[in-house]
Amino acid sequence: MEMFANSSSISKGMGEVVASDEPHVLAIDDNLVDRKLVEILLKKSSCKVTTAEDGLRALEYLGLAAHQDSSTNNNGSKVNMIITDYCMPGMTGYELLKKIKESSMMKDVPVVIMSSENIPTRINQCMEEGAQIFMLKPLKHSDVERLRCQIMQCRG
Amino acid sequence: MEQIQRKLAEYTASLYNEKILDEQFIQLQQLQDESNPDFVVEVVSLFFEDSERLFNELAKALVSKITEFSILVCKNSNQTNVDFKKLDAHVHQLKGSSSSIGAQRVQRVCISFRNYCDDRNVEGCLKCLQQVKIEYTFVKNKLETLFKLEKQFVDAGGSFPVV
Repeated sequence: MEMFANSSSISKGMGEVVASDEPHVLAIDDNLVDRKLVEILLKKSSCKVTTAEDGLRALEYLGLAAHQDSSTNNNGSKVNMIITDYCMPGMTGYELLKKIKESSMMKDVPVVIMSSENIPTRINQCMEEGAQIFMLKPLKHSDVERLRCQIMQCRG
Repeated sequence: MEQIQRKLAEYTASLYNEKILDEQFIQLQQLQDESNPDFVVEVVSLFFEDSERLFNELAKALVSKITEFSILVCKNSNQTNVDFKKLDAHVHQLKGSSSSIGAQRVQRVCISFRNYCDDRNVEGCLKCLQQVKIEYTFVKNKLETLFKLEKQFVDAGGSFPVV
């Protein structure tokens, strides 16, 4: 099974690919259906999307995994936003958020937490750890449109 | 063509009236366009595949651990070797994906199912497993019929959105 999937492949041909204006979002969800849904929602809002099925693979993509050298990849520098499910086996969305905020390279990238459960203590915990926004599932098109505006503002 | 259109409209309306599907399904339909022409069928197919997998996991976690005798003995007790945490994790997945496609009735049973897991109620869990499979099969048949009608409509020259 694929670890993560890019909606647009980066061609390493004759020259460097010019960075597009489309924000690049990394989306993490262990649920197959939700992963597909978030991918389409983001693409509909003109975002480039990379999906991952768990926190560890997301960290590996960003080059932040414990076993990785910070010089191995620069995927992280191209990511404009991270959106992750809260309830995941292994590493929760909260734990992933903490790891991202601990990284000097990624700490300023907005992180969005999604959850199907509306639990105030959970929400506060994530906001206190630096989450940009907490969203309830199932996600709607209007939710993602609003998110996109936020990212574009963050980019500056 | 008009007949097909009417049939499709009536069938679609019935799915919402009978609370088989909710507004989330409409969200999915609105995401479908020329660049994602088969989105709804794709996502629903993923739901079917994933659900079948989860039913297998649920059966492994629940049914195979129980003998008829043990149900009689530990009807409402904690004496069982059912891993309720694992069970709950699987039901949580099913609840999530059914909610994401708008399969309202399946989602509702999952909520009860999770409550029985919290209470470590084996009998309740068994009943819910039965019920969720019934609701799943029901919505699967309904969706497959819907897709068939939609295809007939498109083949007859119709296009969406229907005014």
